[in-house]
Amino acid sequence: MHIAEGFLPPLHAAAWGAASAPFVVHGVRALTREVKENPESTLLLGASGAFTFVLSALKIPSVTGSCSHPTGTGLGAILFRPPIMAVLGTITLLFQALLLAHGGLTTLGANVFSMAIAGPWAGFGVYLLLRRFGAPLMVAVFFGAFSADLVTYCVTSVQLALAFPDPGSGVAGALAKFGGIFAVTQIPLAVSEGLLTVLVMRLLMQSSKSDLVRLGVAKLAGRSDRKAAA
Amino acid sequence: MGMSRNAKINTLLLLVVAALAVLPLALGLGEGKEEPFSGADAQAEAAITELKPDYEPWFTPLYEPPSGEVESALFALQAALGAGVLAYYFGVRKGRRQGAAAAAAAAGSGTPGDTRAED
Repeated sequence: MHIAEGFLPPLHAAAWGAASAPFVVHGVRALTREVKENPESTLLLGASGAFTFVLSALKIPSVTGSCSHPTGTGLGAILFRPPIMAVLGTITLLFQALLLAHGGLTTLGANVFSMAIAGPWAGFGVYLLLRRFGAPLMVAVFFGAFSADLVTYCVTSVQLALAFPDPGSGVAGALAKFGGIFAVTQIPLAVSEGLLTVLVMRLLMQSSKSDLVRLGVAKLAGRSDRKAAA
Repeated sequence: MGMSRNAKINTLLLLVVAALAVLPLALGLGEGKEEPFSGADAQAEAAITELKPDYEPWFTPLYEPPSGEVESALFALQAALGAGVLAYYFGVRKGRRQGAAAAAAAAGSGTPGDTRAED
């Protein structure tokens, strides 16, 4: 989903940068507030950022015969809400743009918008919706992470289609083309990301239940237990 | 095997992820492609040049890894950094849990014969 350096026309690059900036600024505020109010969160914040670091570095073969990478943003979005993930995702994208020539500074705004904003919000939304409808935690976590991953790549396809419409079939034609490259390739990877996020969440349930309770992800006791106690 | 149910489920999750990554290779799904298993990002760049042949990237990366080897080394470094921090996190949590459990055991079960717990 990394749009390469210089591969978005200046106007598009600037527009996506302007669209992303407020989310990142808001995210920095949310992050500093979280660290100040809950210093015990710092370690888990680091772990969430680390998860994105690992997953976005892994280029994995897919059924389309090409390779792509997961994003790892669903976990942090579910644990700490999407604004904080906007910051952690931006850090990862900056690292890749500066050291790996993967993505770029001129396309940073567009890449931040897809991976660090749209993906996390979509993933968090799906997670929250499923929880409201009473889905088990791990089912909601799986579909949340799956959606964060897939939506990121769909947004990238839209960004490229808007910048490079097909001479004959317009934006729709270009969207089909970029969608074919990104979105289809991404489906099995999004499944993998969902499973890995479930794995990490299971490990967190074993090691850091109190943090998950404080963050509102897990409950101290099941509903039936509380009823029995009442 | 003395694996707990939890460990079994976790192992199964990892196996499914590994299978999803290996199957496309094992089934030869990249065959017939000019460049089997190339990156989707690079394919998108090619599609842009196809849609707009006169497009010239107007900015170049400040730093570019001098070779594919250096690039993959940096990607490995990124993954290693992330994995290291994750491992550190779970290690610290495990240590704390064990410390708390040991302290609770020492405080709770101070049997007459056990004087060491009193230290």
